[in-house]
Amino acid sequence: MGKKIMFYPGCTLKGVAKNLEDSTIESARILGYDFVELPNWTCCGAVYGLAQDSVKFTIANVRNLIKAQQYGKEIGDNRLVAVCSMCYNNLRRAHIDVMKNRDKLHTLNIFMDEEPDYEGNINVLHYLQFLKDDVGFDNIAKKVKTPLKGLKVAPYYGCLLLRPDEVAIDDREDPHIMENLLKTLGAEVVDYPLKNECCGSYHTVDKREYVAERTYKLVSIAKEVGADVIATSCPLCFFNLDRRQEIAKQKHGDFEHMPIVYFTQLMAIAFGLKSEDVLHFDRHYISPREVLAPWL
Amino acid sequence: MAMKRIGVFICHCGRNIAGTVDVKKVAEEIGKREDVALATTYIFMCSEPGQKLIEESVKKYNLDGVVVANCSPTLHEKTMRNAAARGGLNPYRVEIANIREWAAWPHEDNPEAATRKAIRIINATIEKLKANASLEPIEVPVVRRALVIGGGVAGIQAALDLADAGIETILVEREPSIGGNMFRLSETFPTLDCPQCILTPKMNDVAQHPNIKLYTYSEVESVEGFMGNFKVKIRKKATYVDWDKCTGCGECLRVCPINVDSEFDLRMAKRKAIYIANEQAVPLKALIDENTCIRLQFEKKVKEGKIKPKKNVKICSKCADVCEPNAIHFQNNEEIVEEEVGSIIVATGFEVMPAEAFPELGGKYPDVLNSLQFERLLAPSGPTAGIPRRPSDGKVPESIAFVHCVGSRDPQSGVPYCSRICCMYTIKQAMLVKHALPSTAVYDFYIDIRSNGKGYEEFYHRAKEEYGVNFIRGKVSKIYKVGDKYRVQGVDTLTGRIVEVDVDMVILATAAKGSEGVKDLAKKLRIPYDEWGWLKETHLKLKPLETPVGGVFIAGAAQFVKDITDSVSQGSGAAAKAMALLSKPQLEKEPLLAKVDPEICAGCGRCKDQCAYGAISIDPVRHVAVVNEALCEGCGACSANCPTTAIQVVNFKKGQIIRAVDVLAEVF
Repeated sequence: MGKKIMFYPGCTLKGVAKNLEDSTIESARILGYDFVELPNWTCCGAVYGLAQDSVKFTIANVRNLIKAQQYGKEIGDNRLVAVCSMCYNNLRRAHIDVMKNRDKLHTLNIFMDEEPDYEGNINVLHYLQFLKDDVGFDNIAKKVKTPLKGLKVAPYYGCLLLRPDEVAIDDREDPHIMENLLKTLGAEVVDYPLKNECCGSYHTVDKREYVAERTYKLVSIAKEVGADVIATSCPLCFFNLDRRQEIAKQKHGDFEHMPIVYFTQLMAIAFGLKSEDVLHFDRHYISPREVLAPWL
Repeated sequence: MAMKRIGVFICHCGRNIAGTVDVKKVAEEIGKREDVALATTYIFMCSEPGQKLIEESVKKYNLDGVVVANCSPTLHEKTMRNAAARGGLNPYRVEIANIREWAAWPHEDNPEAATRKAIRIINATIEKLKANASLEPIEVPVVRRALVIGGGVAGIQAALDLADAGIETILVEREPSIGGNMFRLSETFPTLDCPQCILTPKMNDVAQHPNIKLYTYSEVESVEGFMGNFKVKIRKKATYVDWDKCTGCGECLRVCPINVDSEFDLRMAKRKAIYIANEQAVPLKALIDENTCIRLQFEKKVKEGKIKPKKNVKICSKCADVCEPNAIHFQNNEEIVEEEVGSIIVATGFEVMPAEAFPELGGKYPDVLNSLQFERLLAPSGPTAGIPRRPSDGKVPESIAFVHCVGSRDPQSGVPYCSRICCMYTIKQAMLVKHALPSTAVYDFYIDIRSNGKGYEEFYHRAKEEYGVNFIRGKVSKIYKVGDKYRVQGVDTLTGRIVEVDVDMVILATAAKGSEGVKDLAKKLRIPYDEWGWLKETHLKLKPLETPVGGVFIAGAAQFVKDITDSVSQGSGAAAKAMALLSKPQLEKEPLLAKVDPEICAGCGRCKDQCAYGAISIDPVRHVAVVNEALCEGCGACSANCPTTAIQVVNFKKGQIIRAVDVLAEVF
């Protein structure tokens, strides 16, 4: 067994993004870490409350942090890793929010009278940060069995890994963390100028056409700069870029499909984990199987 | 000998003080003191009748000390001291009790407390005053020469004005030619004069003026001394060419085989390893860049033992071979010269952030330039003869986008302030593009247009109406390459729509900062600067040219980014300040300085370590601290650190301060 690390999957990973969950946990296992699901975790809230006095928006996440605090003491590690960009963003912001506003934390602690108080020492990390700072790209390189030589990848960060500034995992205008990981895996990274553009987010529910237009632009430019696939870490970005290609194709005759993958799937493939149990390509609208065939 | 007949003058300051503080009651209370001969009030002490009142009272009551209770001493201390002096009192026996800023203004809501506080402040000031000594100003000799650092338009103007006034002036410029950023410009707003027409006459005047000593390709190495008596070391960098012989014919440039990026053209053109800064350089002299000349590089490696020369090997000497006056000698002719001056003007100018600092706005692409680089492409004397071309392929652009406020007004990725000149030069550049290439589409993305100068707003309207520049109000979020074009993605905030245009070239109006290396220079001069490299003036409104170091002035964009009009005005202004200083045979200096009691001083040197002005030394024989009165600014840092009270500032002695604090700290 590897070293135990607390893992916060979030709702999507338990449903449509099984491909993200399994490739994350399995790739971590290869690196010597046992990602243990945080016991009794609850929803992250999905959208962070922007109101200044939004105490109630913070409850769910602080409750998660308290659970991590308890379980973290059990396993002797205060790191809580999330891979869904939105979960990461919400958990990290909640932590910063209550650390900055002690009154808010006090109110929450009084309200949550069944739980112990939050002490403020949980280190919320995105999986990419964990890979870069705690594992180290050098160590990842040692585990690569099938270098993704010749695969051209456009890294796509979306917004939640980079904004607001206080939770950004890299430079918000010109991030490179995913590029560096993908290069470690042997892939060729294209200079993708739209890597931090908006995917359209929840407009996908009621304004599908809007989102399809974003998808058209994001995928077309990726193609223009020579990419074979777009890699992301956010289930919502994934859904919008992947599923909305259907409408994009209907609207634009010149549109060409491109598979969307999670960076963790590419990592799994590079580590030699190529079974459908880990990759779940059946979850993709545009199957990456053909494009990735040389490495599978 | 404590004072016994003190006069206290309480100012109403209109209603500023009297509206809150009960001045009558204050006068009554203070009048009860035995050591006070007179306590009176007046509506404006700073007015002529107010001053007269002080002058007359000093005579009438034979006052031996005066307290004026009014505003901050920075405003009227001098006025009041002069008034008392006219009455025959030593001016250093006058103290100011600041009851406006300290009592009336902060306690408007509580007049009774304000009155009590005013009384207390005056009582404390009287306690301090009582031990004041009579003092005479100190006289320091003056060297009647000036130094101007920086040969841009502000420095040139300052040097010319000083020289015209008969003051021998040294002008130091670190580049091989004077002219500064202004000489890089194509044309200037709003008159569209070219700097080749309006600046070259001034540059030539500098070169020919009998009172100006010009050191180009030189830097200030160290500054010692004080107002009226500075000793400056100047490092003349190695040119490897004898400038006394060089005629500037340019034959050597033609034969040199090495091509490198030109500093003057900001990488928009190449120059040779031996070069002349530009065609109209002043002085028009050639110099060798030791980092790229193959001969000098070879010689350096041989000297360092990295390579062993084969026998009879012929190393390039093409430039020297064609040089008729035999000026090129390849000898390292770096030297340090020393100059003595009475005043220094710092006019080091500004620089703009590189386009590369903004990768999200395409700064990494060859056809995305900053505005100063683009000036070179618009300049008739520039590498493209004034017809802008893309650096990547030499193509004449069919469309150009300009982006304002790149890094300006953006604390996260640049600077918090407005860079002040960008709106106007961007409008000018847009206009010049339309001049040169009437069919080229020009898009100008701005947040808002700041055209606040004489003729500036009219100029902007000309660009819109006569030239048909497309002004789009909104920020640009991203610029990236699509095929051969650059896609500018922004927003039009007037229509609320996202805008995307594909253009051939993009010009970024990047933020201005103080010029490189200015912080090191400021440290040598002991003048303050801010984090962006702007030199700090003594008072933003009323002393914009002065620095806290006596005799050192600032001018032009060194203080903050300025257009040409303002830079020239400041150059003249700083020159006038220096002239006023240098017009006197002797300088008078405030005698409120540190003084050592050699009976007590143990020579420990703590005061010396604390002195920011280098005014204290330890006498090696007597082993006591000695203060150089010309250097001392009377700040008191030494006194606060003296373990024995041996060193104290005159009229700010420990006993005086403690007695004043005793009064102030008494429980109400």
